Amino acid sequence: MRYAMHESILAGIGSVIAEEADMRGITHVRWAACVIATGLLATACGSGAGFGGAGVLTSSWGDPQNPLEPANTNDVQGGKVLDMIFRGLKKYDPRTGKAQNMLAERIDTPDSRNFTVTVKAGWRFSDGEPVTARSFVDAWNYGAGLRNNQKNAYFFGYIEGYDKVHPDSGPQSADTLSGLRVTGPRTFTVRLNQKFSSFPDTLGYAAYAPLPRVFFTDHAAWLSKPVGNGPYRIESYAKGSAMSLKKWDGYPGPDPARNAGVTLLVYTESNTAYTDVLAGNLDLVDDVPAAQLKNVGTDLDGRYINTPAGILQTLAFPYYDPKWNTAGARKVRTGLSMAIDRKQITETIFRRTRTPASDWTSPVLGTAGGFQDGLCGHACDYDPAQARKLIQEGGGLPGGRLKITYNADTGSHKQWVDAVCNSINNALGKDTACVGNPIGTFADFRNQTTGHKMTGPYRAGWQMDYPLIQNFLQPLYYTGASSNDGLWSDKRFDRLVDRANAETDRAAAVRLFQQAEGVVRDNMAAIPLWYQNGSAGYAPRLSHVALNPFSVPVYNEIKVG
Amino acid sequence: MARYVARRLLQMIPVFIGSTLLIFLMVNVMGDPIAGLCGERACDLATAAQLKREFGLDKPLWQQYATYMGNVFTGDFGTAFNGQKVTELMGSAFPVTIRLTIVAILFEIVIGVTLGVVTGLRRGRPVDTGVLLGTLVVISVPTFVTGLLLQLLLGIKWQWISPSVRYGGFDELIVPGLVLASVSLAYVTRLTRTSIAENKRSDYVRTAVAKGLPRHRVVVRHLLRNSLIPVVTFIGADIGALMGGAIVTERIFNIRGVGFQLYQGILRQNTQTVVGFVTVLVLVFLVANLLVDLLYAVLDPRIRYA
Repeated sequence: MRYAMHESILAGIGSVIAEEADMRGITHVRWAACVIATGLLATACGSGAGFGGAGVLTSSWGDPQNPLEPANTNDVQGGKVLDMIFRGLKKYDPRTGKAQNMLAERIDTPDSRNFTVTVKAGWRFSDGEPVTARSFVDAWNYGAGLRNNQKNAYFFGYIEGYDKVHPDSGPQSADTLSGLRVTGPRTFTVRLNQKFSSFPDTLGYAAYAPLPRVFFTDHAAWLSKPVGNGPYRIESYAKGSAMSLKKWDGYPGPDPARNAGVTLLVYTESNTAYTDVLAGNLDLVDDVPAAQLKNVGTDLDGRYINTPAGILQTLAFPYYDPKWNTAGARKVRTGLSMAIDRKQITETIFRRTRTPASDWTSPVLGTAGGFQDGLCGHACDYDPAQARKLIQEGGGLPGGRLKITYNADTGSHKQWVDAVCNSINNALGKDTACVGNPIGTFADFRNQTTGHKMTGPYRAGWQMDYPLIQNFLQPLYYTGASSNDGLWSDKRFDRLVDRANAETDRAAAVRLFQQAEGVVRDNMAAIPLWYQNGSAGYAPRLSHVALNPFSVPVYNEIKVG
Repeated sequence: MARYVARRLLQMIPVFIGSTLLIFLMVNVMGDPIAGLCGERACDLATAAQLKREFGLDKPLWQQYATYMGNVFTGDFGTAFNGQKVTELMGSAFPVTIRLTIVAILFEIVIGVTLGVVTGLRRGRPVDTGVLLGTLVVISVPTFVTGLLLQLLLGIKWQWISPSVRYGGFDELIVPGLVLASVSLAYVTRLTRTSIAENKRSDYVRTAVAKGLPRHRVVVRHLLRNSLIPVVTFIGADIGALMGGAIVTERIFNIRGVGFQLYQGILRQNTQTVVGFVTVLVLVFLVANLLVDLLYAVLDPRIRYA
């Protein structure tokens, strides 16, 4: 597709204006109707009347960062769509976060290393193609393949043959994972390169979704209008502005959509989306801006939800910097943790949309899943006197001064970093002990953390991929793990994680992971700050609105009108 | 005239190359785009290397620039990180922003020039003082305040308009256009006023009045035409500024135009998007300036280009 430059722009104008001519009539009528209706009933107009139709709700959205391939989507906005159009072998219960069989009839293993998966009969993609064992195996091979540039490729890293399909350097020497074998129309086997007892519970993650043949045969067409096997099908997708999803009537699963459809509208600013909900112009905003939290109760008259999400905010440290990798620095880190008044910050700055953290996981796991309130113990309590003492014993702040690095472009990071510094300064009785160090863009911030260029603590947020305690520990603290940006390493921790992964009994595995978490605590490998909640506000015509542990609205359960 | 235009067009080439090179360098200095592309979690080294190769980021910078410019001349602005062609992004973003700019410029011309003429002719009267005060307020209040205030009042309190833009049609862009135009509008008013007030006492106006021409003919044909030259310069230069500077207005009213794409491109460190859009904006600036210069000759026959 090559145009001369001005031609393409003019072509663009033509098409957009043509579209507009169709819609203009609708907008005008609606506008006039709204003006008349305002006097009678303020909320009667709007609610996305220009989109969809009866029973269809409108929801705020952001432009997905990557193409919408399941193994390539690691942002919440793309995740929203995948959650609606795909169902995997497992699904996480939106309330408890527990992994339950969805397409899997059963997953058997004799040894936590070899798994036999049986896919339920009767499932189809919305284009009519049946979902078979091959739909999964092909999708996983594609996701793992280096040449496909899939950002979630490392999820397949536990499967045998990953090092051939996705070598650390050089081109891939195999197209398919040797650990995956289709053994029947509805059965396939998975062989892992290590024992991993909770592997079946990870299979609810979107990266493991099955893919229809058309994904491979006509990739471009699939990308412009993805086809999946979930309760919704995509009706139209205008990249960068809107996606219209309709209930798929042929959906065979137990969780069909209870509304006629969802229209996702791209907002560049959550504040505008919130304003639109107030004006009755949008039905659902799933990220209430921090500045509005003060008024949200009265503004929306109780139509506001604020529930725990699987997100933990921490302060991470650069262990590649020798100053931070000493026995004394361990005491300093614990001291810093005790110098932070978490309760006050979460109440004043975040208005209770964050909860002070007392372990390194998240409440959404539940106690059976490994969440342990108070595991951090006194090290996470606010105790300025003890903090001062520990920091002194540890040889004072490395370099004499603390600089907390964060990205200034998204979220309200500046506010809380300043508050944390303030809290530390007060505890140490020195006004200049701690300062914030803003980095202009998130991209540059990530660049510096992954490039190992930090000299002091930095903001680190972890959003879980699947609700397992393993996911809060191994990727972050295991030696050489994918998100261990600070290069922390501890043999005792690694051994405990290995043992936990090999343990077939779920409760025993969780106990071992908690012991590993104890190692993280004793070394204060990262300072836990607070658990993050998901928030949403909605219009009066919606009911049964809830957020799942990934802070994505449970769209299929929402009722309209 | 033709030779003048040809010379100006030739002069654009070095300006164009220089400015695109600067943008290219600036975007690249910001750091590794792949880190931004991968998001919260770093891509594994193999994938990162593969992506680098695919986007040509592993080559030396001068080579990247040369390849990029070569592609631009064939109309290929590259691919954004979300897999969309940059030309596709332009195709959806520019029409909206152009419409927004048209609305803003119309406001500037219609309201700005009218107010300027009225106040210029009635200097020192209450109308003049009132409008001057008004422009002072508009100039000193930042755009985002005006924008958010109008959005709150018209969109939520009185429900006259929808607080955000859905389709980007002209009818939806009236209020955003007014907000975008507000500051320039105030400047246009003041420029026209000064210019009119100055020329009112000039010889040719006195002659025209003495000839017994009707008042509106004196004002429109003689006075206004001569007074418009500085205003035209201002508005011409403003076209480019409005298109590139609409970021704030576009964010407030959720208009998915050029400002939105640029903002997102910068946040995600998407070199291709940012350089592509800025390149087109540079072209718009250059062409607008040329048109302004040509308009001079139309307004003032004494000016000739050779």
